[in-house]
Amino acid sequence: MPRVFMAVVVGAALAAAGCVMQGILRNPLVSPFTLGVSTAAAFGAGIAIVMGPALFGGLYSFHVDFIGQTFSGSALVTMLFAFLFGMLSIALVIILARDERVSKATLVLSGVVVSYLFQAGLSFLKYISDDGSLRDITLWTMGNLWSATWVNLFIMIIPVIICLIYLEKISIDINTLSAGTSVANNLGTNVAKLRMHGLLVCTVVVCVCLSFTGAIGFIGLMAPHICRRLIGNDNRYLLPASALMGGLILLISDTVARNAFSSDVPVGILIYLIGGGFFIWMVVNKRWREVP
Amino acid sequence: MEGGPVILRAEGIVQGYGDKIVLDGIDLEAESGQLVTVLGPNGCGKSTLIKTLCGIYSPRAGTVTIDGEDVITMERKARSRLISYVPQDYTSGGHSSVYDTVLMGRRPYIEWTYSQEDVAICADAILKMKMENYVDSFINQLSGGQLQRVVIARSLAQDPDFYIFDEPTSAFDMRNQLDLMRIMKAIIRDKGASLVVALHDINLAMRYSDKVLAMKDGKIYASGPPEEVITPTMLKEVYNVSADVVETVHGRYVHIYDNDGEEMADGYRFYRSSPIQVACSTCTSSPIQTCPRDAPMQR
Repeated sequence: MPRVFMAVVVGAALAAAGCVMQGILRNPLVSPFTLGVSTAAAFGAGIAIVMGPALFGGLYSFHVDFIGQTFSGSALVTMLFAFLFGMLSIALVIILARDERVSKATLVLSGVVVSYLFQAGLSFLKYISDDGSLRDITLWTMGNLWSATWVNLFIMIIPVIICLIYLEKISIDINTLSAGTSVANNLGTNVAKLRMHGLLVCTVVVCVCLSFTGAIGFIGLMAPHICRRLIGNDNRYLLPASALMGGLILLISDTVARNAFSSDVPVGILIYLIGGGFFIWMVVNKRWREVP
Repeated sequence: MEGGPVILRAEGIVQGYGDKIVLDGIDLEAESGQLVTVLGPNGCGKSTLIKTLCGIYSPRAGTVTIDGEDVITMERKARSRLISYVPQDYTSGGHSSVYDTVLMGRRPYIEWTYSQEDVAICADAILKMKMENYVDSFINQLSGGQLQRVVIARSLAQDPDFYIFDEPTSAFDMRNQLDLMRIMKAIIRDKGASLVVALHDINLAMRYSDKVLAMKDGKIYASGPPEEVITPTMLKEVYNVSADVVETVHGRYVHIYDNDGEEMADGYRFYRSSPIQVACSTCTSSPIQTCPRDAPMQR
């Protein structure tokens, strides 16, 4: 049961973050993945997995009890590093976003470049890791909901709900951005502040989720697109709709991942198959294609 | 200023991009009830001036104030209730309805959601811009002129004291250009607002402006009432266009010639070719002025 709830919460959080990132940067290709957050978090997790024992020694074999659940030092450090490096990746993007005159294309490009940098670091970690660490890193980058427990869900859901409420609050300002930065400015929106706070909160919500689940991609990109075709561009409605769609996609994917195969397959693999297939059907389907 | 006119005043505005100075010491004043037109050729700094007046750009030197309060340092929401901006280049906003786009103009007045009053104001703006049959249409399905009307409706919904428009008639046909100017004239008269507008159509400026500011190379060439500013000399020196200002029983208009007397690449010389036949279609008056320099087109 906690796994079902976690699927909904993580799916909703990733989709909502993707929706806001696309709105803020006015680019439909933006998602937590394209801005480098997921790759950076994977790099952070990779450092913890490969170098954790050497870096933290005794601390790494430490165990913590929290509301009846025991967390191993290695799991905590991996989660913490994934979270911190995810946040670090957005720092450069936010520094650039402080100036309203920096083009959104430059912001997206800088996110892509950051992603490549961390990808290079991750590849290096894979290269120097032993077989056990390599398997752990690979599983982390696939993304799964195997860590779902009531305690983990409880820890995750509080920041996620707070962040989602904040994102819904700023969705009306994101709407003004769709008319261009000058008009948004004239309508009372502080564009630089909106970009900075929006990206920061999105990254927090993504990093909180990814630190528990590993890199689950696709949802942040596709769920907002599917909903945009259903209900239009108004972020006041698009954000909750995307969150629901994201939760639904991850829940269906995880249910299939758990039951359709002899072993429990990482859900990250299935999401690309199910979500990608659905999107291709949507584009090919004439009735959907006619919607602008 | 309680009860008196509200005044937007720009003094000594200097503005630029990098090393390039685009505006050099511009002064402008618009008070409630006035329609002020900014004229000038492409690249003379009109759009930069418009954005600076709106507080979108901070001037390098000089101030923009409304009743003495600096527009740049003013609280954002307060500023957006005083000034609405229509840009020269429209971003369609994609898959949004006409209604939602116009409703966006009420953003300065709300925090979470729109009231019935906001909806009523938007409905009025949509009716004024004759977009009532497209309320649920998505704006990326509209023509350029329709989109321009939606953007102006959003500006009307903002209900400010100063409407600042950058070439708002660029996508309009003749009928819609005249309609817009008449509607804006009525709005600023009825609610005591003011319109500062950058235009390319000299005759619209001549007909509807209370005040005209002609710009050349980032500086003011002339400012004042339209009949004093829009002269053949100004049109020649600012636009490099030969023209006459013709007075008729129904007002003044500008008659423009194509390169008077200059030889074109194809060997033609264009002269002020035809007599000016200014007849009124409604009162059957006879032509009231004939060009004294009548000359046919020659090769």
